[in-house]
Amino acid sequence: MKVLWIAGNTFRENIRDKVLYNLVTVAFLLVGGALLLGELSIGYEMKIIIDIGMASVSLTGVLIAVFIGISLVQKEIEKRTIYNIVSKPVSRHQFLLGKFLGLLFTLAVNVSLMVMAIFAALIYLNGRWDWSFLNILPATLLIFMELVLVTALSLFFSSFSTPVLSAVFTLSLWVAGHFNNDFLSFAKLSKSPVAEFTCRLLYYLLPNFSNFDSNAAPTAIQQAGYLQTPEPVVLLAAFAYGSLYTVLLLAAAAGIFERRDFK
Amino acid sequence: MLNLQEGAGECNQAMAAVIETIGLSKTYRTGFWKRKKGKALESLTLSVEEGEVFGFLGPNGAGKTTTLKLLMRIIRPTSGEASILGYSIGHPHVYSQVGYLPEQPYFYDYLTAEELLSYLGRLSGVPSKHLASRVTDLLKRAGLFEARSLQLRKFSKGMLQRIGLAQAVINDPKVLFLDEPFSGLDPIGRRELREMIQQLNRQGVTIFFSSHILSDLESLCNRYAILHQGRLLDSGKLEEALDRESQTIEVVAGGVRKEEALCLEDLVQDMTQIGDRVRFLVPREAGLTRIVETVERAGGKILTIHPVRPSLEEVFFRRIRVPSAAPSAISSAGMSGS
Ligand SMILES: Nc1ncnc2c1ncn2[C@@H]1O[C@H](COP(=O)(O)OP(=O)(O)OP(=O)(O)O)[C@@H](O)[C@H]1O
Ligand SMILES: [Mg+2]
Repeated sequence: MKVLWIAGNTFRENIRDKVLYNLVTVAFLLVGGALLLGELSIGYEMKIIIDIGMASVSLTGVLIAVFIGISLVQKEIEKRTIYNIVSKPVSRHQFLLGKFLGLLFTLAVNVSLMVMAIFAALIYLNGRWDWSFLNILPATLLIFMELVLVTALSLFFSSFSTPVLSAVFTLSLWVAGHFNNDFLSFAKLSKSPVAEFTCRLLYYLLPNFSNFDSNAAPTAIQQAGYLQTPEPVVLLAAFAYGSLYTVLLLAAAAGIFERRDFK
Repeated sequence: MLNLQEGAGECNQAMAAVIETIGLSKTYRTGFWKRKKGKALESLTLSVEEGEVFGFLGPNGAGKTTTLKLLMRIIRPTSGEASILGYSIGHPHVYSQVGYLPEQPYFYDYLTAEELLSYLGRLSGVPSKHLASRVTDLLKRAGLFEARSLQLRKFSKGMLQRIGLAQAVINDPKVLFLDEPFSGLDPIGRRELREMIQQLNRQGVTIFFSSHILSDLESLCNRYAILHQGRLLDSGKLEEALDRESQTIEVVAGGVRKEEALCLEDLVQDMTQIGDRVRFLVPREAGLTRIVETVERAGGKILTIHPVRPSLEEVFFRRIRVPSAAPSAISSAGMSGS
């Protein structure tokens, strides 16, 4: 229960934070821009709306996850507001989990709002609602799962390093993680055993973000572009992978956090 | 740290000590490689009994805040252990009976006073059905009812201190930790706080507070401890310490001149002429009779004789001044009570 109060307060903080509004405004502008672009490219209007819409959901989400994620706990330590939390009957794990869930809630609201905007744009183009529009939802869920993992990464890095470094680490892993499958290809091509081992190690160790928009076969997001339903197996695998990785990161962050001094 | 988690003292209930620390130490590692060590607190052993108002004294940097942060689990001890209400401080549930006011408290900018108290009240385990009335009551008592819908970023220093005090008592704590509670308060606020502390104490709340304002402490606390450079110099009952220190006797004589009493110079600590009176400060052991005789022989009159009771301030300075240079001075003054 206390976890939920902490999450609720974190959400309230995010909502009252002006930075968030800027990001959301940018996202809506993107969707609006896509509408204009759609007008120009006859026949592909819907696809352009969905592609740009999804890209902005993902991009604003990642920016929120990283920049709010890294300061989620750091800010409370810096401003000493954490003094009044840990001196209450609340464990540090509960605090960490509450902060994490609070940001996830913010992200969920953000993603939902943007999906609404995409629906609105689609209705505008199509002239009426079509049930096939719902096919963008699985792709949205995948993006959300990706955001969960990015949030866990920022929280993990910020549990032991500075906010700036945490942002750098998280963003680089996010970028690198999208090319994760390439490490496996390198490993297969490589002649030197050391290089092969390193590549394989990186492949397994780094978060594999390509799971969430896999280059293999038509991806969920690409399918969404054509309003097709994705393979449930792809979805399930990505969810299982994302959840497991997130739990491991949170456990590590909690372990580090437990021993820390708050200034 | 292990000690702390595994909790010496789960069954310490039998002891009356409400707060207990055993060899509590904190060494900060600073510098780029964390190689420089700074001992902020060295082996603090202290116990505070139920119903006491305990004053924690010491000059800047003595380690008072460090001690409180250790007890509140904000920082982890390098060694030693501590318990509150008989439970090791590793148990979060003890804190539902604890209140804490940090030094220069700071709260979420974006919350209003009312929202902050509700939030912290919930985390302290105040039942939901009592929460709203409790919050309103506290806002009124803290004199912040008018400002209840103001965001905390717009609060003044003293207002933050007031809301800090309000949140510290929101759960009706049995033990209250206050780190410099009087700082930032205006004279009215100070008096109100003093009354609040006395009232809570009458209700049986044990209060542990640090302060620089010795006169405030003197009128409030029954026991005290003096910390200096991370070490406990002295602790004990305030009354006893003040009596122990009253080793001098003040004699005021009228109708004599200082010159006529010069023969007493080796006997008295201090001699001052005030108008037509002379004030002698006599060490307790010294022969009072000789002074009385001398004064009467010179045709003077003894006006008053009474022991000088020092203020807490004097006790404090006497302890702090030569702490390491003359350890014997400290022990002779009585290093009791810890
Ligand atoms: N985060 C920290 N890192 C390194 N050293 C610290 C840290 N916090 C405190 N110290 C050191 O620990 C010592 C004790 O500090 P503390 O804040 O406990 O003093 P204090 O008795 O509360 O003083 P004041 O009356 O000024 O509030 C000081 O020498 C201080 O420099
Ligand atoms: Mg202090």
